[in-house]
Amino acid sequence: MTDPSKVIGFLDVAGRWDPSLAFVMGGAIFVGLFAFKKAKRRDTSLLGEIMRIPTSQVITKPLIIGSVLFGAGWGLGGFCPGPGVTALGTGNPKAAIFVIGMVAGMLIFEWLTRPRAEVPDAGGVAK
Amino acid sequence: MMIDWEHFTPIWSLTGGVLIGLSAALLLLLNGRIAGISGILGELIKRQPGEMRWRMAFLLGLVVAPALFSIFLPFPTPTIEASNGALLVAGLLVGIGTRYACGCTSGHGVCGLSRLSIRSLVATLCFMGSGMAVVFVTRHLIA
Repeated sequence: MTDPSKVIGFLDVAGRWDPSLAFVMGGAIFVGLFAFKKAKRRDTSLLGEIMRIPTSQVITKPLIIGSVLFGAGWGLGGFCPGPGVTALGTGNPKAAIFVIGMVAGMLIFEWLTRPRAEVPDAGGVAK
Repeated sequence: MMIDWEHFTPIWSLTGGVLIGLSAALLLLLNGRIAGISGILGELIKRQPGEMRWRMAFLLGLVVAPALFSIFLPFPTPTIEASNGALLVAGLLVGIGTRYACGCTSGHGVCGLSRLSIRSLVATLCFMGSGMAVVFVTRHLIA
């Protein structure tokens, strides 16, 4: 998955399709199924930390729009976050450009969703 | 549909997938955390105290993985067709999109589907669908 041509080969269903990525997902989910089954029965982790497993089941607009935007970037560059960071470790300058763009995108998200500053009190009274 | 038998690597991909699954399982069972890379990186840049070390450790693991791998086998050289400009735009879309969606291929695709989450199933269908649509445009309509 650190090779964008493999990812794009998977996403190119209209061309010569490379199903490899489905095998990556399948292998990972197969192991993950057991791990989550075990994890759901626990209150704390093996190292005594709180289990932080998401519980929301609500399909929201940000979930859908965000995923569509992410998929567009994934198809355009062939990188998703994990393999992008890993490819950075190969010293590939193109991977570095992708990661810079991704971090910039995350900072833009923080800026767009920042808590709005409250209107200061007229007299500047300390709260 | 034509299968690209020349590039298809079922055994290697399945092995890699199992290793990704083991990584997610270890982080979950040892630390109680979801191995979602966009979340780990996105929350790191918020610089919350007490939340930095495990995130940095996990990302460092990803970065040094190619060097470790190459001790045993040559690390596959990435073939990147996209131009620098396209990669920058791709990165921006991936960064903004994964944060709004609260996850990416690892958080939703691997961990979410493993815990049978409906949100993650919807997210995965959305990003796979739009990824396929974009590749169709860039490979078959523009090129």
